[in-house]
Amino acid sequence: MAQDEIQLVVDRLEAIYNHSIVALHGVSLTVRRGEILALLGANGAGKSTTLKAISNLLQAERGQITGGSILFEGLDVSRTSPAELVRRGLVQVLEGRHCFRSLNVEENLVTGGIGRGSSRAEITSDLERVYALFPRLREKRKEISGLTSGGEQQMTAIGRALMSRPRLLVLDEPSMGLAPLIVRDIFRKLKSLNQSEGLSILVAEQNSTVALQYADRATVLENGVAVLEGPAATLRERDDVKAFYLGESRVSTDGAPTHPRAAEPMAPAA
Amino acid sequence: MFDFDYSFFLEVLVGGLLSGVMYSLVAIGFVLIYKTSGVLNFAQGAMLLFAALTFVSLVERGVPFPLAFIATFVVMAVLGMAIERVVLRPLVNKPPITLFMATLGLSYVIEGAAQLVWGTQVHGLDLGVDDTPFEVSGILISKFDLFAAAIAATMVAFLTAFFRYTRIGLAFRAVADDQFAAFAVGLRLPRIWAIVWTAAGAVALVAGLLWGARLGVQFSLSLVVLKALPVLVLGGFDSILGAIVGGLLIGASEKLAEVYIGPFFGGGIESWFAYVVALVFLLIRPAGLFGQKLVERA
Repeated sequence: MAQDEIQLVVDRLEAIYNHSIVALHGVSLTVRRGEILALLGANGAGKSTTLKAISNLLQAERGQITGGSILFEGLDVSRTSPAELVRRGLVQVLEGRHCFRSLNVEENLVTGGIGRGSSRAEITSDLERVYALFPRLREKRKEISGLTSGGEQQMTAIGRALMSRPRLLVLDEPSMGLAPLIVRDIFRKLKSLNQSEGLSILVAEQNSTVALQYADRATVLENGVAVLEGPAATLRERDDVKAFYLGESRVSTDGAPTHPRAAEPMAPAA
Repeated sequence: MFDFDYSFFLEVLVGGLLSGVMYSLVAIGFVLIYKTSGVLNFAQGAMLLFAALTFVSLVERGVPFPLAFIATFVVMAVLGMAIERVVLRPLVNKPPITLFMATLGLSYVIEGAAQLVWGTQVHGLDLGVDDTPFEVSGILISKFDLFAAAIAATMVAFLTAFFRYTRIGLAFRAVADDQFAAFAVGLRLPRIWAIVWTAAGAVALVAGLLWGARLGVQFSLSLVVLKALPVLVLGGFDSILGAIVGGLLIGASEKLAEVYIGPFFGGGIESWFAYVVALVFLLIRPAGLFGQKLVERA
């Protein structure tokens, strides 16, 4: 694979919170241009921390990177401000949506345009694009976003990120707290953006079933380390992966499962 | 009270409301900074003193009024941005008490610097508005107080329009709502903070001139922050509207209390009555009248 097809490289990333609590010790992953990479793992495996590090947002939560590196299109992320990263096309939808609650839906969307430094005309046309993707948001545009439903808030948060015209969209648990139908709808729309515009997507999910259904590849985290990576189709087949790493106790009937790495190693992450 | 004197009551009430506007002016400076960065800037009073002192010293050296005003504004903008850059930015994400202590220290540094630069004598400040009261249907109203109220109203209208209709205003409200999300969206927080500190400097300048004209420009001027605190408790620390309403309520209630309750205590309750109101308020409504309630779907 040509080097320039790789958009994001996270290499042996280590991170701590409050100078003491180790959150990551050795996370590696790559996102290729135009693909959807799912980042899977149980609660506390380090998915969110990894994503925050990728947008250089750890400092805002009293965390810091202590080792390894993150390169986005050749740019050293740890030396680039979050605002600059957004301008370069790396945009994140945070866990728990984080809409600006007292702003209305449209104002929320506009902040994404402001973050990118878009002109007024660009903001107007980008709004139309977002409304075309999420017609629901057009209906709700003048409503205070804190009073809209969870699904609408997730659409608002995604729409806000799209207003920044991302080249790599990072999403942290978009399915959290949403009804299955809405989750499916959101993933479908992400997939269509990915296919029609070649938008690269990195999505962290606890809901591995949905994520593996739409992703091209997946990386699995366990206790702050990347332990597995491979094509989504392959991971989908393996119940033992779910049982071990994803905290889903749907195990085969013949007693305790064997550790996947002990069984047949796929491509262990570097 | 068998023959209650309504016109006297009204006169006290109006006088109280108008003096409350003066408190609001100080409180607005606090609100601007608290809303966007969660810092209770105790140095607001020192900034107010510094502005008034700079202005009056320039005028005494023969600089014409408008020029002195612009020059002081520039000085306040530079001071505000310097404070944000040198003191607060390195302390981002530190606990609120650390930030509060930093601004408390800062307040003394600014006072000291003002003393160093402009000396310690008391200056009179004449804004060209005489303080003669005039009569409206039997009630005496201070012309200066009306002038101050008009200035405050203009400033609030300007700030409101700014926050509602401009991009930077939208960014400001976004930061006030959710700082972490604002970072993630790519809003340039340092720039927004610099603008906010400049705005707070401008508010300090206006409030400093009005208070300076009222009390004389002297070091006790920085103590007006102590008058703004009950206003903030009442109105909410993050609401400009709250600062206005809180100021009016505090102003009116302390004047009325002085006149009608004061005699039972032998007078002199005006100086601490505001705090009684604030304390009672803390018990019933800790977020203040207009403080940010969580906008959340039930």
